[in-house]
Amino acid sequence: MLAFLIQRVLQAVFVMVVVALIAFSLFHYVGDPVLNMVGQEATEADRAALRARLGLDQPLPIQFFQFIANAAQFEFGISYRSARPVTDLIVERLPATLELAIISAIFAVVMGIVLGIYTALNRGNWLSNFIMTASLIGVSLPTFLIGVLLIYVFAVELGWLPAFGRGEVIDLGWWNTGLLTRSGLASLILPAITLGLFQLTLIMRLVRAEMLEVLRADYIKFARARGLSKRVVNLRHALKNTLIPVITIIGLQLGTIIAFAIITETVFQWPGVGALFITAVRFVDIPVMAAYLMMIALVFVVINLIVDLLYYAVDPRLRVQGGAK
Amino acid sequence: MFQKTLIATAVIGAMLASTAHAETLRWTRSADSLTMDPHSQNEGPTHSVNHQIFDTLLYQDMDVEYQPGLATDWYVHEDDPSVWVFEIREGVTFHEGQALTADDVVFSLNRARHENADMRGLLTSIVEVRAADDYTVEVVTDGPNPLLPNNLTNLFIMSREWAEEHGVEEPQDYAAGEETYAVRNANGTGPFRVESREPDVRTVFVRNDDYWGIDHYPMEISELIFTPIESASTRVAALLSGEVDLLQETPVQDIERLSQADGIKNEQGAENRTIFLGMRMDLEVLDSTDVDSNPFADRRVREAINLAVDATTIQRSVMRGNSEPAGMIAPPFVNGYTEEMDEVLPADVERAQALMDEAGYGDGFRVTLNCSNDRYVNDEQICQAVVSMLARIGVTVDLIAQTRSLHFAEMAREEYDFYLLGWGVPTMDSEYVFNYLYHTKEEDRGSWNFTGYSDERVDELTVAMGQEVDEDARNEMIAEAWQIVHDEILYIPIHHQMLTWSMRDDIEFQVQSENTPHFKYLRFNN
Repeated sequence: MLAFLIQRVLQAVFVMVVVALIAFSLFHYVGDPVLNMVGQEATEADRAALRARLGLDQPLPIQFFQFIANAAQFEFGISYRSARPVTDLIVERLPATLELAIISAIFAVVMGIVLGIYTALNRGNWLSNFIMTASLIGVSLPTFLIGVLLIYVFAVELGWLPAFGRGEVIDLGWWNTGLLTRSGLASLILPAITLGLFQLTLIMRLVRAEMLEVLRADYIKFARARGLSKRVVNLRHALKNTLIPVITIIGLQLGTIIAFAIITETVFQWPGVGALFITAVRFVDIPVMAAYLMMIALVFVVINLIVDLLYYAVDPRLRVQGGAK
Repeated sequence: MFQKTLIATAVIGAMLASTAHAETLRWTRSADSLTMDPHSQNEGPTHSVNHQIFDTLLYQDMDVEYQPGLATDWYVHEDDPSVWVFEIREGVTFHEGQALTADDVVFSLNRARHENADMRGLLTSIVEVRAADDYTVEVVTDGPNPLLPNNLTNLFIMSREWAEEHGVEEPQDYAAGEETYAVRNANGTGPFRVESREPDVRTVFVRNDDYWGIDHYPMEISELIFTPIESASTRVAALLSGEVDLLQETPVQDIERLSQADGIKNEQGAENRTIFLGMRMDLEVLDSTDVDSNPFADRRVREAINLAVDATTIQRSVMRGNSEPAGMIAPPFVNGYTEEMDEVLPADVERAQALMDEAGYGDGFRVTLNCSNDRYVNDEQICQAVVSMLARIGVTVDLIAQTRSLHFAEMAREEYDFYLLGWGVPTMDSEYVFNYLYHTKEEDRGSWNFTGYSDERVDELTVAMGQEVDEDARNEMIAEAWQIVHDEILYIPIHHQMLTWSMRDDIEFQVQSENTPHFKYLRFNN
């Protein structure tokens, strides 16, 4: 177990360095931040002076090593755009993104599993057919379009829910939350649906397919033959065995939800790290972009690690193999 | 019964009184201010927010006319033409109570000249700023500078005492890696004070009831809430759903729809920005062409292109009527503008083709056009229209449209043969246009002249119009310079951009050409 952990952590560090390298070489192609930082009256000498002050005139490898050295101490410098420490900016924005991601993940997982089971057990009835057809929308429509449609229907036409923002937020000191106010909750509904819809359909279809597979297995037939109730057969024996691939997908999708919150956050002006990143890209705010990419890489690495550990817990065969070595 | 009515009347009366004085305005635009430090950034949205909190010595009102702010009067010193005298308004206090004196003005101007301040680009002619007495400031320039006051309209005045107390005597230094107090805190003399601020999310201002101009301006807004919304469709949706009251940059594609929506109106006006094409004319051979010469060096080719690019069609089909076709790179309110010069020639493909034949390019040539795709209104679509218009005279245009940070970086490296650029004139005087766009590209002049154009007479006139104090003589120089560059066809002007602001229809507010709203002027009609 310990060797397994150490091995995974080393892999994770390697992945992070590679991400940093790729991110850094990409910045070269995003444009020149200095042009955004000075007005049109600035002379070439002014721009050169600023470039030198920021260390942007140094060769790329030197800039990279400085970045790695600082990043290892969680020092990401100061944002070119807002002149504030990048770490502060991200810490301030992270609660918004995490709340949105977690709520939409819960929405996707609960609804996905429930609908998946329902459509698997009631194959062919009209409601299942309707759900299956409707789910195609979630798979095929791009996120921003879903967001815009929801805004148009529920904010502009019906006027039920806010079109943008996070509503009233309560500051708990180390965390700010919109979950405790009415306007905060109302603001969360549309973005959470927008962000979770794709995952919902994905999980639903996966659960349904797995469930159908399992229901054909011999041990289910045997359980039925033993006269167990339908409920016990379906929910205990069948469902439990469909969950392993589902856990993998949910784990990976959680990372995706955080990463792809970018689009949802932009559409809804949700003040999270994704919106921060988009604004940073427009401005070529290199410190913010770098920190964000590193953070996303870290999220994926950590989630993968947790998923691996969960396998360990869920699937006894892995433990046996590990022990036999 | 009588008593009840009385109470009801009193309550209604109180409500009416309070609605007249306690009005909230929720304002949105695409980008937030970058910093509250008034001197570290020279950028539109940042100035817009700071104009609500701070005052300047003089400012441009909603009609872009110069108006006294913290200076009640300004004039050239009678003994020395290199000195401007500003008389400072008396009895003004900062939001935190400090009294304004000449010393604060001297401090602010010097702070803006610091090397960390982006505002210093506008103040390069200043040699010394001094206080003659408590309410008189003298600004010494390196020679007579008739345009100095025009450069001070976004130069905000801070309190020296406050700056010293919080250690922000110098503007933010990016290299220092620290946030200074002035980035998120402000103490101005302006019509609103900041109540709370979350960058990129929400800034709440409240009316400054001690404002020196409280009786001169409507000042009807008691609370101003600014929420930037980056996505254009969300911004429009927020106005339609009544979550905001005023939308500062209405996307062109939504103007029509908003004008038909109930309870919403559009206000339009000319923006201080002209869109045009530039051509590289000094190279022997263009980088991106297939002929072994530089067609742009030939005036006939430039004239042919000018005739082939149909600004009226671009206005109609690309801009949906929301632009003013242009013949010169200066909008109507700029000193030196003339209607004759701004006249748009009707497109004439036959004449253009004849000129191409005459110049020896009857079979056309190939060239790359570089455009931004996120800087100006419909910039990429304008360029696409240009591509098809030039195809009619045999010029094959390869279009590269990219994000602004790449577009302007490559432009600054002088990599372009043919490019799109937009230009505003913050000083409201032609000298600014000549200084940056027409003067020979040298160390500190001609920094946006990527055409390679260099003309001794134009250079001479440009320098002279920055120093001549006699108004008539100056205006003659400006007219002469415009005539020279107009005859040479250096750039292909396309249009002056139009600004549209949309708002609740009970709001009385007009568009300001600098895209800087002064909310002290806003009125409610209810």
